[in-house]
Amino acid sequence: MSARPMQPAPPASEALDEVARGSGARGVVSRRGLFDREIIVPALGAAVRKLDPRVQVRNPVMFVVLVGTLVTLAESIAHPGLFDWSITGWLFLTVVFANFAEAVAEGRGKAQADTLRKMRADTLARRLSDGGAEEQVQAAELQRGDLVVCEAGDVIPSDGEIVEGVASVDESAITGESAPVIRESGGDRSAVTGGTKVLSDRIVVRITAERGQTFLDRMIHLVEGASRQKTPNEVALTILLAALTLVFLPVVVVLDPFARFSGTNVSVVVLIALLVCLIPTTIGALLSAIGIAGMDRLVQRNVLAMSGRAVEAAGDVQTLLLDKTGTITLGNRMASAFLPVGGRSEEELADAAQLASLADETPEGRSIVVLAKDRFNLRERDLGPDHAFVPFTAQTRMSGLDVDHRAIRKGAAESVKRWVVDQGGQVPAELDGIVEKVARAGSTPLVVADGREVLGVVELKDVVKQGIRERFEEMRQMGIRTVMITGDNPLTAAAIAQEAGVDDYLAEATPEAKMALIKAEQEGGKLVAMTGDGTNDAPALAQADVGVAMNTGTTAAKEAGNMVDLDSNPTKLIDVVEIGKQLLITRGALTTFSIANDVAKYFAIIPALFLTAYPQLKTLNVMHLHSPTSAVLSAVIFNALIIVALIPLALRGVRFRPMSAGAILRRNVFVYGVGGIILPFLGIKLIDLVLTALRWY
Amino acid sequence: MLLRQLFRSVVASVLFFVLLGLAYPAIETGIGQAFFSHQANGSLGPNGSTLIGQTFTGPRWFQGRPEPSGNNPLASGGSNLGPRSKVLAADVRHEVAVLQKEGITPRNALVTSSGSGLDPDITPADAYAEAPAVARANHLPLAAVRHLVARHVTGRELGFLGSPYVNVLQLNEALAHLKGSTGA
Amino acid sequence: MSYLWFILALVVVLGLLWRFLGAYMVAVYDGTTHWLGFVERPVYKLLRVDAEAEQSWQRYGMSLIVYSGVAILVVYLMLRLQGSLPLDPQHLGAVSPALSFNTAVSFVTNTNWQNYAGETTMSYLSQMGALAVQNFASASVGIGVAVALIRGFSRKGSATIGNFWVDLVRGILYILLPISLLATIVFMAQGGVQTFAGPVHVHDVLNGVRQTIPRGPVASQEAIKQLGTNGGGFFNANGAHPYENPTGLTNFLSIVLLLAIPVALTHTFGKMVGNVRQGVAVLAVMALIFGAWLGIASYAEHVGNPAVAAAGVTHQGAGNMEGKEVRFGVQQSTIYNVASTQTSTGSVDSANDSYTPMGGFAMLSGMMFGDVTPGGVGSGLYTILLFAIITVFIGGLMVGRTPEYLGKKIQAREVKLAAFAVLVMPMTVLVMTGIAVSIHAGRVAPLNAGPHGFSEILYAFTSQGNNNGSAFAGLSSNTAFYNVSGAITMLLGRFAIIVPVLALAGSLAAKQHVAASAGTFRTDTPLYAGLLVGVVLIVGALTFFPAVALGPIAEQLSTGRLF
Repeated sequence: MSARPMQPAPPASEALDEVARGSGARGVVSRRGLFDREIIVPALGAAVRKLDPRVQVRNPVMFVVLVGTLVTLAESIAHPGLFDWSITGWLFLTVVFANFAEAVAEGRGKAQADTLRKMRADTLARRLSDGGAEEQVQAAELQRGDLVVCEAGDVIPSDGEIVEGVASVDESAITGESAPVIRESGGDRSAVTGGTKVLSDRIVVRITAERGQTFLDRMIHLVEGASRQKTPNEVALTILLAALTLVFLPVVVVLDPFARFSGTNVSVVVLIALLVCLIPTTIGALLSAIGIAGMDRLVQRNVLAMSGRAVEAAGDVQTLLLDKTGTITLGNRMASAFLPVGGRSEEELADAAQLASLADETPEGRSIVVLAKDRFNLRERDLGPDHAFVPFTAQTRMSGLDVDHRAIRKGAAESVKRWVVDQGGQVPAELDGIVEKVARAGSTPLVVADGREVLGVVELKDVVKQGIRERFEEMRQMGIRTVMITGDNPLTAAAIAQEAGVDDYLAEATPEAKMALIKAEQEGGKLVAMTGDGTNDAPALAQADVGVAMNTGTTAAKEAGNMVDLDSNPTKLIDVVEIGKQLLITRGALTTFSIANDVAKYFAIIPALFLTAYPQLKTLNVMHLHSPTSAVLSAVIFNALIIVALIPLALRGVRFRPMSAGAILRRNVFVYGVGGIILPFLGIKLIDLVLTALRWY
Repeated sequence: MLLRQLFRSVVASVLFFVLLGLAYPAIETGIGQAFFSHQANGSLGPNGSTLIGQTFTGPRWFQGRPEPSGNNPLASGGSNLGPRSKVLAADVRHEVAVLQKEGITPRNALVTSSGSGLDPDITPADAYAEAPAVARANHLPLAAVRHLVARHVTGRELGFLGSPYVNVLQLNEALAHLKGSTGA
Repeated sequence: MSYLWFILALVVVLGLLWRFLGAYMVAVYDGTTHWLGFVERPVYKLLRVDAEAEQSWQRYGMSLIVYSGVAILVVYLMLRLQGSLPLDPQHLGAVSPALSFNTAVSFVTNTNWQNYAGETTMSYLSQMGALAVQNFASASVGIGVAVALIRGFSRKGSATIGNFWVDLVRGILYILLPISLLATIVFMAQGGVQTFAGPVHVHDVLNGVRQTIPRGPVASQEAIKQLGTNGGGFFNANGAHPYENPTGLTNFLSIVLLLAIPVALTHTFGKMVGNVRQGVAVLAVMALIFGAWLGIASYAEHVGNPAVAAAGVTHQGAGNMEGKEVRFGVQQSTIYNVASTQTSTGSVDSANDSYTPMGGFAMLSGMMFGDVTPGGVGSGLYTILLFAIITVFIGGLMVGRTPEYLGKKIQAREVKLAAFAVLVMPMTVLVMTGIAVSIHAGRVAPLNAGPHGFSEILYAFTSQGNNNGSAFAGLSSNTAFYNVSGAITMLLGRFAIIVPVLALAGSLAAKQHVAASAGTFRTDTPLYAGLLVGVVLIVGALTFFPAVALGPIAEQLSTGRLF
């Protein structure tokens, strides 16, 4: 065998499904409607609580609105009037709506966190003392390095590594996957997660997480947004929005002297209304909701990002390193043909191959046994007492069986050939040709030998997932280069790469080669994403800009990566990239929309503002708004309502389709730029009509 | 560090003063005086500079444009009156009345002031508009005066640069010559 | 018809300059041409500058500010001491302190705002040795800053952005001086005055008129004033004065000179960042906005002057002749003033104040968009690149990538610097105008009543805030208030933008390159150019719309009214 699969692959049907749907929406965290009652009601309360100026000051745009509201409130009290009070009310609502947007986004996370917390609560742990005695302690009291015992029915109290035993574990609490998984000491499947349940057998686990730092704890923090820090692009955008807010202050303040010079007066209330309409309140109100919702979308796909930075980096990824097995191919190579050499019959080869595979529990091994049975009706047989299985090792790269003075081996061509030659045997000339032909077709040639004689080649066929080719085509359009990583020899790798439509491949990959590839890409100015699960993947996961560790992987791998995929589905990397992009696009689109809105607001307010000085400015009232007061009020109401109207978009994200940057930009500029100019003209006019119809003015 | 930059700044200021402030204009003046002395000294003729407008009043001479400073070369500049200025409208109305009294059709350029306040030119059409009054006042045949104007029209350079014009001083010098020769 | 030929000729000449002057400037600033080494090397020796040693952005900025400070002081002292210095044939005496300060700041900041009439205020020595010297130096400083920013884009992981002293000296020696030397000769041949002989007294025997005609070393100053997009006239009438701009040819040459470097720099930019199309995209944006504003102004001027029409001249033929010279005509005057205001030159060949409301609006708003179409020498390019960074940031987000421009990631620091630098101009202009219209000293200055009076004040600060220097000249601004507030506005408009631009250059130069892919937002496409046009227009419109509504827009809409 040329290489072991790097990680256990998910069931084939599910993987296929993933490719077709693009994403899974299962998991701990059930998908909720955007406006469930259980989220809305608490969010309304939170929206009011967030009026605290100490909270508001963190958002410069909305803070200005709040201060403005207080000024108009003072004005309204000093000179009561319907108009001033209406403006004050709607400005106040603008702040509340912004808070509400954030509260709804957080509320969804909170609901998820509550579900997770229930899992963590009240777990009792059976700690082993130094003497080997068991004692009952609260899970929360466990220290790093403690040993705990878990038996069938126990909930594993904290994250750890199995140091003794094998068990089937129900990880559905974390992953949502109901099928139990096997966890055993040693190797890459030794990690267990607190909150999961042992279904059978007994294991001893060494706790690896500090108190309060377990996977579950981190997950709760993440979904709650408690530890949310602004991402780099979000910081940059906040600066731009603050600058746009700052510049409108003098724009509005100087209107007072400007107006007086022109022989008229403008009221403070109208100036504040103008200010609020001009500063980018729409994006300012929704910015944090967009960020929270972005993380939330990842969680819904069962990916935990350790930082928002990683999610943004995912959007920037230009090179995706994808493990062949499980991502590009179904994962299990299936024996598909027996190709004998040296005049041997197919049946002889099948018989020997089956014997050599009897103890091989890998899917490949089992597929050989099955194929031999199907083709030649060869049954599994009882071997005499005088036999010994030879396990696969990385050094020999062969496995087999010693029985009745026969030594049957199967394995990589080079290894088996060397073994035969070492024993004084001859390698038939035709072998290399067959091996190459098989490899060239993208299959894996497995050479079978009996003692000094080569019997032939078993072809192991690699099945490329359906739909993956199209997926890679989309990646290419988005400017992402896909690189297939495989332990296969270059010939096999090239054939599969061709079939799957990846841009490049790394054959006979070692961790070092993988690392070197990542570094080379990064030196070329590219951001690299990869998945991995083994301890030997850890350095590469750490080096990659986006490292997605499989939840089934080792603790080392999980700590090295900046995301964990609870489903352990490497295809997910593609989703992660799309979510990263969608997050940025949503921010950019709403910023554009927000700024574009100002055009209509100017046309509503400026004529109203200066009408007494220059009645001829009524020409600018292109919307034919009823009166100066209704014009100003309509603009303010539109400005407030548009926030509410856009909450669903902020939470869901702008629709993302894989396209070239130019095509995406053209679409978004049209929808959010041009649309952002036109929509408020319609909206403000409509509100003005309603206000007039209601005889408000 | 700061001192070094200060030193360089002072040295650079002195160097630039010598090179750009003295040598450059001096060399150009040398070239100008050597090759273009008429132009470089102000395009001066016996009656002033052909490039600097003069005030000619009354229909005996071709008149230039009405300038706010009365063509004072020490006070160049336009009226700076805005496009909806009552003052500008009044000024123009005044010029219109003056011209009409003299029997001259008040054309655009003849009732507005220039940007320099020293515009030495009028448009050919302006000159033709003044021609009947000039001919009457000087007892010259209209055709002769019109012919005079025609000879003094300067076209666009290279056929497209600038606008055709008539230099008022040169036209009046030719008019004086014409008057002298016909004894009028 | 001649107007079309004029524009066509302009496009052809500028196209050639774009190609060849642009490429030549690459050689100048890459330091690959040395044909003037025999002048250059002794200059470095005297300055004690190692031409090979580069500077960090902080050092570059400090050198720039120290030099500019010294230059302001030198000009100020020369104007104050004018009466005691030679070459003052008119015995004009010392210039007042406030005016000296305003003028010194004005010329060092490449503004050339003039609160004085040159022919009756400045001696020949002041004109040549103080003002024209700064026409060269301030222009070279501006180009140097633009080139430093370009280096920020083109370099990878670099701690330096060039050497201020080398950029300053090379810009003057290799670009400004040679072209000025040649252009002056054309001005002189056409009638430009160039003499030290002092004023001349003439007597016209025909009508008995006596005139005292001031003269001076005019042509040499005219060439650099246009080429360096300075704009300060020798005479009060500036480019309308027949001694400065005698013919249609010099009018054309002036327009070519003032557009030459700003336009060619876009080619320099493209070449230096390794993709000429990037420069073409920027040039296209400049040309598009320039063309639109030229169209508006040309049409408005063609329609005619409302006040003149109100006086009964209903048929205005070529259009609004008030404030325009016959030898240029309406259209070729309009294109001069549009080109001059949009390059931040600020010279005029016709009186801006007397343009129609929309014609004047074109001049005013050309500056309000940051004077980037194509803007002043260097300043136009570096300012439009600030807009480009903001465009790329918003556009980059919209395609789902951390925004990058020319391979450099645009992150919080870049956005902060660019946003600050872009917004400092409108904020300064609005606040200063707000102060001026609030206090007595400011309110009495306008010549005109109604919205036009407001426009005069707004124009003054917009012009100075953009280091433009053109004026609605009816404003009586040689007062303590306008001299000082104007100087502050010009200083902010220059250095509060240059310092962040240099910081940006430093920050970009230090970055590594990001590889481009199909997912990268391309910045050499019509789509991007359109977006950049949108950002430039929308930033300008959003900040200045209320102000222009009270000025030119109110004036334009006041059909049938006079003020």
